[in-house]
Amino acid sequence: MEVQVILFAIFAVGAIGSAIVTVTRKNPVASAMALVGHFFMLSGLYLTLEAQFVAAVQVLVYAGAIMVLVVFVIMLLNLGTEQQLAERSSYLRGTLGTLFAALFVILLALAITSNPSGANQLSSKAVEIGTTESIGQSLFTQYLFPFEAVSLLLLAALIGAVILAKRHVQEGA
Amino acid sequence: MNIDFFGSLPLVAIWLALGAIGIVIQAFVRNNTKLVFGYYVGTLALTAFLAILSSGAKGSSFGGMIVLGGYAAYFDVLFCGAGILAMLAARPYLDRLNAELDEFYTLMVSAVAGMMLMAHASNLVVLFVGVELMSISFYVMAGFLRTDIKSVESALKYFLLGAFATGFLVYGMAMLYGGTGSLDYVEIGKAVSNGTATYPMFLAIGTVLMAAGLSFKVAAFPFHQWAPDVYDGAPTVVTAFMSTAGKAAAFSAFNPVFAAIMPDGVGGITDTMRLALAVMAAVTMLVGNITAIAQTSVKRMLAFSSVAHAGYLMMGIVAGTAYGHSAIVFYLTAYMFMQMGSFVIVGYLEREQGDGSDIENYSGLSKQHPMLAAMMAMFMFSLAGIPPFAGFFGKYMLFYAAIQSGYTWLTIVAVASSVISVYFYLGLIVKMYFTDAPGKKTTFATGTAGFTIAICSVAILLLGIFPWLLTNIISTW
Amino acid sequence: MPTSIPLDYYLILSAVLFVTGVVGVITRRNAIVIFMSIELMLNAVNLSMVAFSAYSGDIAGQMFVFFIMAVAAAEAAVGLAIVLSLFRNKQTVYVDEVNLMKW
Repeated sequence: MEVQVILFAIFAVGAIGSAIVTVTRKNPVASAMALVGHFFMLSGLYLTLEAQFVAAVQVLVYAGAIMVLVVFVIMLLNLGTEQQLAERSSYLRGTLGTLFAALFVILLALAITSNPSGANQLSSKAVEIGTTESIGQSLFTQYLFPFEAVSLLLLAALIGAVILAKRHVQEGA
Repeated sequence: MNIDFFGSLPLVAIWLALGAIGIVIQAFVRNNTKLVFGYYVGTLALTAFLAILSSGAKGSSFGGMIVLGGYAAYFDVLFCGAGILAMLAARPYLDRLNAELDEFYTLMVSAVAGMMLMAHASNLVVLFVGVELMSISFYVMAGFLRTDIKSVESALKYFLLGAFATGFLVYGMAMLYGGTGSLDYVEIGKAVSNGTATYPMFLAIGTVLMAAGLSFKVAAFPFHQWAPDVYDGAPTVVTAFMSTAGKAAAFSAFNPVFAAIMPDGVGGITDTMRLALAVMAAVTMLVGNITAIAQTSVKRMLAFSSVAHAGYLMMGIVAGTAYGHSAIVFYLTAYMFMQMGSFVIVGYLEREQGDGSDIENYSGLSKQHPMLAAMMAMFMFSLAGIPPFAGFFGKYMLFYAAIQSGYTWLTIVAVASSVISVYFYLGLIVKMYFTDAPGKKTTFATGTAGFTIAICSVAILLLGIFPWLLTNIISTW
Repeated sequence: MPTSIPLDYYLILSAVLFVTGVVGVITRRNAIVIFMSIELMLNAVNLSMVAFSAYSGDIAGQMFVFFIMAVAAAEAAVGLAIVLSLFRNKQTVYVDEVNLMKW
């Protein structure tokens, strides 16, 4: 067994496990923590795919920024304590979810076993394209336009968040 | 990398106006909504003007990321026009609710920018960013009345379901990328039509997931359930804007994507996909129209009718021909004016009568507001597809496109559901003209919303009587 | 050093994670947990994108991942603001207590 295969197995099991914990925990803080773990596992998987820069950004952006925001809001609303019991599990929803998952997994298994992609090797260019240099070069040449467009997206989100979370409407503004 | 700067002008202009100058204005000019309003109306007008100016510059720009001219430029003008009309209607509406904040106009312009990206997209990345820019602006606009619980609830529902649908959309994009090895429409189209897709199975899964994700954005069956609730809960001017321009944008993106992944006359799996889309279209229009009959609120009725119209529009995608695509463009234009006009009237009456969207409040409208009632009647006739209004010619084109491509059964369903729709559209007209008002009501001036209503009604009359005004433009692409 | 893991393994893993997210969205009622489940879905897509990109030697997939991350951040800001605004009005984050959400 190669090292990569073992690493893949560890990260894959970790990712699935933490994902399941995320969606099943009653306490939202526990869910959030499991999700942070999930992001680290994914980061590891990206490393097995030689995507170093994506792996680093995954931890910085998701675990470092988005999850901090989520945990902050959970704490702000004080959901970790009194209200956690309010979520009753619904039989109907549970069944529906399980059915959906089962159906999807069966379809997926059928689709993949009947039609394997046959790609067994990482491309020889995989190491080269995963570096910061090549990502940066691509981002500021070929992907310049969507990159600039994302600035508008972040601006809209910024304004939107301020507007929605501001406490009072200014009277007579 | 080639950058066709002239052709990209409208996109550059709106980006600069919003991202650089707009923010400075808002930072330094306080409590001057009039100025901000004027600035953003001016921005949209300038962008539309630049789009007309550069509509001849066809080709692609920014390394094939966006397409220019013709089709995309036309949609630029349409979205900017919709933005201006919605802003004009929004001023008096928000003023009455004492919720007129400068940020509303910023968000509206950023939504327009997102729509323009969707129409211009020639790469799935740009499409994705455009869809999200539009959607995020819409989420916030739906919840803009922060102290109104209905508005906040509709924003939450829109956000959660919208983000959920985005998940499917990007998963579809990932599968398309895996299947064809490219995110570029041209490359994807080549791979599909030459049958050189690396993994055809991923292509099929990707198509299904993309269709699911985009059908959420146009509110088509089976992902239409959010539409009535969100349209009902959101401020009416926002509903007017997102049910028209938002839908037009989704279709403007739908068109080239599906032209690439389901090229005409490839056969095999493409035909199956087409059939699936046809069934989706048929169910969408039936569900929309039948549920609309049962509604007692005019706002909800129009929301369901907008679901049905998404079904009609999908017929053009199913047809997949050039004629089908021009039918979509024509019908979208007509639909934008008639739906926007009727929602703005609903918003106006709501403003006047508190919760005015109940159908009972429309009784005797012809005596109180003869002009408004006449225009509302016109919009209803047009939505029902009765000549000589624009809705009729648009429907005719869509039906003809479907028959041409051999989907006669779909046309029969469409005609049948149009007949059903006549029932509730005419029901409203009967209410307005042949029943008496329950009591005396005070009237208000329409303010700038009057312009919106007037422009919309003139436009559907013009397009209905002289359809060649638009079909001539379409034929030059 | 190239690995000997087939592309399919990554895709199956990604699909399983995606479905876990979908199940979370369907079964949970806490708006914040639903939001986290949506993040799971987006991350599963990222994994597919990176896997396709690495196995085909094409950078486009990895670029897409950055745009998905930017969008996820923007959605987080707006989504949590909406949840906050709901909480201020209704003192709840449970979607079954939201009238419009009873579907």
